[in-house]
Amino acid sequence: MIPSTFDYVRPKSVDEAIAALTAGGEDSKVITGGQSMLPLLRLRMAAPSVLVDCARIDEMKGIKDNGDSVTIGAATTHLDVMSSDIVKSHVKLLADATATVADPQVRHRGTFGGALAHGDPAGDLPAVALALDATMEIAGPKGRRQVAAKDFFVDYFTTAVGPDEILVSITIPKLGKGWGTCYEKFNRTANGWAIVGVAAAVKVEGGKIAEARIGLTNCAAVPVRASSVESALTGVAVSATEIEAASQSAADGTRATTDLGADKEYREHLMRVLTARAVSCAAGA
Amino acid sequence: MTKVSITVDGVLHESEVEPRTLLVHYLREQIGKVGTVVGCDTSSCGACTILLDGRSAKSCSVLAVQADGSSVTTIEGLAGEEWHPVQAAFKECHGLQCGYCTPGMVMSAVDLLGENPNPTEAEIREGLEGNLCRCTGYHNIVKSVALAAQNMKGGK
Repeated sequence: MIPSTFDYVRPKSVDEAIAALTAGGEDSKVITGGQSMLPLLRLRMAAPSVLVDCARIDEMKGIKDNGDSVTIGAATTHLDVMSSDIVKSHVKLLADATATVADPQVRHRGTFGGALAHGDPAGDLPAVALALDATMEIAGPKGRRQVAAKDFFVDYFTTAVGPDEILVSITIPKLGKGWGTCYEKFNRTANGWAIVGVAAAVKVEGGKIAEARIGLTNCAAVPVRASSVESALTGVAVSATEIEAASQSAADGTRATTDLGADKEYREHLMRVLTARAVSCAAGA
Repeated sequence: MTKVSITVDGVLHESEVEPRTLLVHYLREQIGKVGTVVGCDTSSCGACTILLDGRSAKSCSVLAVQADGSSVTTIEGLAGEEWHPVQAAFKECHGLQCGYCTPGMVMSAVDLLGENPNPTEAEIREGLEGNLCRCTGYHNIVKSVALAAQNMKGGK
């Protein structure tokens, strides 16, 4: 289907983009790669009055090593994220999860910030941002603010980014020594959405798990941390059996839905199985 | 209407488009590149795949205005005096049944081989993940890409 009509502007700076969003009113929308936006426009599930194209704003592109963290411009494509040496060396979980997003054509155009700001519960990258305690920089008419990943995802397709605001960049702390990571994704078809995904980062010290951070994809309206598994894993020996036992509470605090892809019980089963797999792989069990 | 300048298969076109015009409609209806086809229209099938500034993209999921200043290669721009090695290999291995997915399959294969000139069978299958063949003729498509890789290494 052909999208409904809209105006299109392509600002050169974040300030210009905010001015365009404000002028456009509440039906104005930001677009970067458009890999989530275009399907919505074509199905007429979205009918913005103005599209503000931020794909060419220099400040919103690129990857920077800050020493103890990595900052990624929101309009950086999945391709650039997953092929960046900085990301591969210091935020490997993000590189690995990004490589599973959709298909090559979508990864060439789609952006990291777009995938987060879209807030799709089945998207892979929100759970990764949550597990890695990322911080989002949001710009708006009143200036800039930093929002932690745990406060960023508000509800189904709803984030902390207001209608006149823009997600500018994402900063992810480096994990440092002793940490291993893994993204486990379960889907039925090539280039399908995750029925359930598990992002795990695990720190091993002296053969025991010192700390675990686990983000779940598509287990609620927003990505959630498997907090009870995280606590249960602390101090546990790096053994597949013990990790599997600690992963039994993976569905605690989740609100999985039943849809055409899977019912609630099956999703909860997958949470337990995939959490055990992701943690074992991250811990080298 | 918005002015765009887009190089399509080596020729610069200055055009006026509505902002809502999809790149695939621009290519087919304004430039006449009907070799690029619309398949599913839901970003799933990849039949409309083109190269946008050298990398594969689904032209049903890009607005023509987003491609302003860019360079597009369609299936029609691939061959020189002779078939592109990927086209030749699809012909040789009969890498098509009804042929509808073929323009997109070929463009994705060109992108894949540009990145990885020596792919394994698994890498070929993964590299073509964004393209669906509803005849399910994948076997010969994979063989075609493998043959193209071999022929391209020989400088053919």
